[in-house]
Amino acid sequence: MRYSGFKVLKEALTGHKGWAPAWRDPEPQPHYDIVIIGGGGHGLATAYYLAKEFQQKRIAVLEKGWIGGGNVGRNTTIIRSNYLLDGNEPFYEFSLKLWEGLEQDFNYNAMVSQRGILNLIHTDAQRDAFVRRGNAMILNGADAELLTTAQIKERYPFLNTEDARFPIKGGLAQHRGGTVRHDAVAWGYARGADSRGVDIIQNCEVTGFRIENGKCLGVETSRGFIGAGKVGCAVAGSSGRLMAKAEMRLPIESHVLQAFVSEGLKPVLPGVITFGAGHFYVSQSDKGGLVFGGDIDGYNSYAQRGNLPVVEDVCEGGMAIFPAFGRARLLRMWGGIMDMSMDGSPIIDKTHIEGLYFNGGWCYGGFKATPASGYCFAHLLVRDTPHPTAAAYRFDRFEKGLMIDEKGMGNQPNLH
Amino acid sequence: MIIEHPLLGPRDAAEFTYLGDARLIDRPDWQSENAAQEFFEYGYLRDNPAGWHQELWFHEAGDRSWLVVTRNTLTHEISKVELARDVARSRGRSK
Ligand SMILES: Cc1cc2nc3c(=O)[nH]c(=O)nc-3n(C[C@H](O)[C@H](O)[C@H](O)COP(=O)(O)OP(=O)(O)OC[C@H]3O[C@@H](n4cnc5c(N)ncnc54)[C@H](O)[C@@H]3O)c2cc1C
Repeated sequence: MRYSGFKVLKEALTGHKGWAPAWRDPEPQPHYDIVIIGGGGHGLATAYYLAKEFQQKRIAVLEKGWIGGGNVGRNTTIIRSNYLLDGNEPFYEFSLKLWEGLEQDFNYNAMVSQRGILNLIHTDAQRDAFVRRGNAMILNGADAELLTTAQIKERYPFLNTEDARFPIKGGLAQHRGGTVRHDAVAWGYARGADSRGVDIIQNCEVTGFRIENGKCLGVETSRGFIGAGKVGCAVAGSSGRLMAKAEMRLPIESHVLQAFVSEGLKPVLPGVITFGAGHFYVSQSDKGGLVFGGDIDGYNSYAQRGNLPVVEDVCEGGMAIFPAFGRARLLRMWGGIMDMSMDGSPIIDKTHIEGLYFNGGWCYGGFKATPASGYCFAHLLVRDTPHPTAAAYRFDRFEKGLMIDEKGMGNQPNLH
Repeated sequence: MIIEHPLLGPRDAAEFTYLGDARLIDRPDWQSENAAQEFFEYGYLRDNPAGWHQELWFHEAGDRSWLVVTRNTLTHEISKVELARDVARSRGRSK
């Protein structure tokens, strides 16, 4: 069923009796050509592009809970392509371009809103770094604009530009960045994949891999063995746990990242603003809530909840630069488990086991990557060669010294 | 999280910085046959378990001692805290 304005009108006049479930609830088949583990954004996008762009048949997505219950439904929904390094920027720009056409492509309202993102500058050194990053973005076909303090004051009059510790000295803006309704991304990809024959199997936890003679033959699940020609793992924060079942140790630690939403307010904040130096970033949702967050808690965790020192740190950062927000009451807070990699960049690669493919290490920035990650993972699964924009996301880059370390932090996942 | 410091008693986790898996104490031998591979694994690969995890915490805003904390990554419960010095010595390091 195609969704359209006409369809909404027609249903409104006929008692809404014509809507059907957006995807089926199929029983697992004994064997698929391709099995994707993880019904988050990346797993569902992979299945969608496998079916749509790479004409694959007999695909299943196995999700241990319900689709969209992981990070894809927990993030702060920011999309952008403001990276510096060659290994990253073409990939994230490819992703942003896919976002720009996504709703038409999968016929679903994901509320993609290019309201712009602004990174604040506080020192000369930071300005130099941001100018360089902006130039790298432009060289890769993305948009970037350096704003002066006066321009920032004019556009965002509520910002405290005179903070004693972090006075605002300018900002790097990407006007094509913005926010997306995160749940709708999972649902839109799920619906698009399902309608092309992909089996989305929820409440189906992968408990092990059947590996014989160095080849992966399928997966053991809570609903029995499922055979597969190829298996793609896209379980984000659970990557370490899952790949341990294939006896792999990853260049990844799982960490908790918290996020916060205030009560609904009238429109106050026109775009996304990041105050990196103060560990704070914020946007306003279409419902009116201020959606904000900061750094990860900084210790290994699978708990999906964080601790109070980070809550305090985030709120202090927010108060320093947006004093008016102190009047807003906090409505909800939660945590999600991040697959923090050793260089802060992701992995989309084959493993040493034939037929077993891996997608992970997305850190706190994998939501914006969802379309390109799905597209590139599908490309790898079908063609057995990396997509040109994801060619640097290899497992062996750590061994070979080819790290993609945007922040220059080294092998310390909690600092990326 | 409250970390039961062996010398100072209960301290807020906010006073500490976190390094990671306590296996980092077991630095490979640079003269071993497979030193390059061992250092790659030491530097970059982690067990990352869901459950009990021994990890290194540094009391940065305190007495600046390194601790080995045994903590459950599913619940954040801490079952044991030792001085990293004692753990390292018991593993035969810094003789
Ligand atoms: C608080 C917070 C804020 C964030 N903000 C942003 C942001 O503003 N911008 C941005 O770009 N990114 C952001 N991120 C990061 C982003 O959400 C993630 O990188 C991204 O969602 C991860 O990919 P995913 O959607 O596939 O993950 P998930 O949705 O977590 O999908 C993984 C799925 O795998 C399933 N699974 C796990 N183990 C198994 C198993 N054994 N068998 C079957 N299924 C299994 C899980 O149940 C889960 O549904 C944020 C994350 C958090 C937590």
